Amino acid sequence: MSLAGDLYISASCITDEHFIYRDGKPVFENSTGDPEEFLLTAYKDLGLQYPKFYKMDLLSKLGWISTEILLNEVPEMTAYSPEEVGVVLSNSSSSLDTDRKYFETTKTAASPAVFVYTLPNIMIGEICIRHGFKGENAFFISKDFDPLFIWQYVSNLFNIDTLQACICGWVEVAGRQWKAALYLVEQRKTDNPVSFTADNLKTLFQTPWIN
Amino acid sequence: MDKLISDLKVQIINQLNMQDVKPEDIGDDQPLFVEGLGLDSIDALELIVLLQQNYKVKLSNADDGPRVFKSVRTMADYIRAHQNQAVK
Repeated sequence: MSLAGDLYISASCITDEHFIYRDGKPVFENSTGDPEEFLLTAYKDLGLQYPKFYKMDLLSKLGWISTEILLNEVPEMTAYSPEEVGVVLSNSSSSLDTDRKYFETTKTAASPAVFVYTLPNIMIGEICIRHGFKGENAFFISKDFDPLFIWQYVSNLFNIDTLQACICGWVEVAGRQWKAALYLVEQRKTDNPVSFTADNLKTLFQTPWIN
Repeated sequence: MDKLISDLKVQIINQLNMQDVKPEDIGDDQPLFVEGLGLDSIDALELIVLLQQNYKVKLSNADDGPRVFKSVRTMADYIRAHQNQAVK
């Protein structure tokens, strides 16, 4: 496969069970151990305002907050048309956490509001609605984060001139464990350019604080 | 204040997970959808569930939805008119 050259990771946001890192720097810390409380506290502490946030499931909340932080201080995003920005995400558990919650509601009265989140790509929809993105999007399931696959797939989208920017990575919620690793990939070269490679995706995923 | 209306406001906030809205923020005649509280079609389904769960009132005709869910007051009026009809 011919791959696009000169692609860069112009920003990253890694959210684990204790921190949210933006380009290697912690922007939020909380060791509650509870994903709902962690994300709600982050939402309030970071001064985010989006009433629909409260209605989202945990997976969407995690992906949404991580995207807000990822795109903060990236005014260049407004230069792209909606069709030029894509979102390619992945995880291991799909929407299983919400699937289980929905199943519980069916024992009394099935909740339409929970049901609508029983697909992982709904999270991509929430991100796209928030920012008006209309570019290519896809959600993949793999046992572990697969940086090589993400690199290949996203590079190909650039290669066929589909995208000018792409948010890609991993957003996983499984019980009381969660992790998001989002990368903004562009042709634009920032002051401290990080080449878009599988190795760099993996390094940022594993050690977000040393970027 | 009408107790049914005040109860409905609390139940709507809980059912729709509107953590940034207080009962006093919702006017009795304030539109619930679009320009009012900004509810959407999924919220409408949740309101139908709310009527069934809390008041045993079933919305049997979907065409009645816009009229019934116009405001908290119209919801209360519908409940009063149909509360004696158990959900089958």
